[in-house]
Amino acid sequence: MTEGARRPLRLALTLPGTLWLALFLAIPGLLLCGLAFLSRGAHGEIVWQLSLGNFQRLLGFSSFGWTADYLRILVRSVVVAGVTTVVALALAYPVAFFVASRPPRRRSFWLALVLIPFATNLVIRTYGWMLILAPALPPARLARWLGLIDPQGGLFPGAFATYVGLISAALPFAVLPLYTNVERLDPALLEAARDLYAPGWRVFRRVIVPLTLPGLTTAAFLTFVPTLGMFVVPDLLGGARYWLIGNVIQQQFGASRDWPFGAALGLALVVLTLAAWWIVRKKGSAGSLA
Amino acid sequence: MNPPAPVGRLDLEGLSKTFGSTPVLADLSLVVEAGELLTVLGPSGCGKTTLLRLIAGLELPDRGTLRLDGRDITRVPAHQRPVNTVFQSYALFPHLSVAGNVAFGLESRRFPRPEIERRVASALALLELAELAQRWPNELSGGQKQRVALARALVNEPEVLLLDEPMSALDAKLRAQLQLELRRLQRTLSRTFILVTHDQDEAMVVSDRILVMRGGRIEQLGSPREVYERPRTRFVAEFLGAANLIPVTANGSNGHVQAAWGTLAVRERPPWREGLVAIRPERIRVNPERPASSENGFSARVTDAVFRGDCLDLWLAPMPLRVRTPPIEALEPGQQVWIELPVDDLEVLVD
Repeated sequence: MTEGARRPLRLALTLPGTLWLALFLAIPGLLLCGLAFLSRGAHGEIVWQLSLGNFQRLLGFSSFGWTADYLRILVRSVVVAGVTTVVALALAYPVAFFVASRPPRRRSFWLALVLIPFATNLVIRTYGWMLILAPALPPARLARWLGLIDPQGGLFPGAFATYVGLISAALPFAVLPLYTNVERLDPALLEAARDLYAPGWRVFRRVIVPLTLPGLTTAAFLTFVPTLGMFVVPDLLGGARYWLIGNVIQQQFGASRDWPFGAALGLALVVLTLAAWWIVRKKGSAGSLA
Repeated sequence: MNPPAPVGRLDLEGLSKTFGSTPVLADLSLVVEAGELLTVLGPSGCGKTTLLRLIAGLELPDRGTLRLDGRDITRVPAHQRPVNTVFQSYALFPHLSVAGNVAFGLESRRFPRPEIERRVASALALLELAELAQRWPNELSGGQKQRVALARALVNEPEVLLLDEPMSALDAKLRAQLQLELRRLQRTLSRTFILVTHDQDEAMVVSDRILVMRGGRIEQLGSPREVYERPRTRFVAEFLGAANLIPVTANGSNGHVQAAWGTLAVRERPPWREGLVAIRPERIRVNPERPASSENGFSARVTDAVFRGDCLDLWLAPMPLRVRTPPIEALEPGQQVWIELPVDDLEVLVD
């Protein structure tokens, strides 16, 4: 009876959130889907003419023949996001273990250090990397001296600078979910594994990974998805030849004024994101049973 | 079938370990015989768990050496030592079934699959866990978890099995049953078991020898009977069972000591001027009348008497002394009795 009496109240409480999502997520999302099937007019206006032209263009077909430009950028985006995710997770595990091994009173201090970058705008942080990696500064000089880059070159712009920027932006998102799992990990289990003849990698693979899997999948997702759509970092650190899908989308809605093509690219990104989510979930549930 | 020749002799030489500025083990030397069940007994913080962790390789000593069957294993990492541990919390892997937990060590060492299956099955059978093989740790009772932890360690046929307070999470009845099972198991397998506990009854039940530790040092080492009947120090006398501690002064030459209420004959000459002698409550003889001849006999008055079913506890003045006797005669407070403190049961404590 109380169950029935509470139902209207429950609905009323979910209403603001539902409305918000409907107004600012569902409706724009649907508009974006629709927009992807329209065309661009001669002056950048939207022409109400249904076509699959945007998707053909995305796949590389144009009146001049076939090119792989957009597909290459899409594949590069997925690869870059994947590598960023793997590196960020590999860096996040030791950090999570380090914080979890501090005395409880000190942990919030170390967590705050992980979170401090959030207090600074991503654009500003990225400009910071531009400065740090500039040709005249010690990191670039060291790289030149070691012969890692051209005598005239710098560490930025390029793939390296992009990875540095993306990984550092993603790291807090990888550390926090992992930390919440690592903190609850019973150290006796790791000792038991060592006691049962497991070398370090086996302790990691057979005990740490399965027991921190929820945090690991969350961390992977929170790292992969934002990185896939990132445009600030590759724009500033990648240079013109290292564009990711986010840069192309931004260009369509900005300089090129081709909203329908931008919408089609955006839709492709959403599909990729959902695919990633599906894979992570599949892998995650399979891993927890193993 | 004869039991296999025992393996797992441990030689500990001058082991020291300090955490921060706190020394937890101080220059500890000890030989654990192959196939013996040694209990390490002491209050929390006495270093007994650290000793176990050093043997397991989960900690490394600051100084000293550790030899297993003659081989120096001081710096051998935990995963390469033929030593397994039953952890206090059992530390069963929650993401693996009972069979998966038991197979873990063999899989680490890359045993062939049929061999793993055979040995897991026989370990589960040995500990009567066969029906639980596919269960998850969170579906098990405390006693079952403990048996899985034992099976997971024993399946590897370690030369030394370490048990860190394995009974502390179980209720008294189950504990008593598992203590006997453990004893039987250790005899069958003929391997070295080292059990850490703060429960003196458990130590008495299961051990070949008891090592009493205090403040990172060995307080006394001996058979349960030796440690109980011949405590060397006040700490041991009080930690194992109850003891009457009688303050006395040494009486010069002839093997006597002087208590406030009389002169006592003792077996050995005390190494001090003033000190303590100890006697167990059940060793003091109580007679209603003074017998014809008596050694270390005194007249005393009963101040309290508690009937406990299988025995009678008395408190005597003016000494004071606590006595435990068979409940043959009803003794009431106020009654005068004649007590005897047999010389052989009176221990001169070295401290």
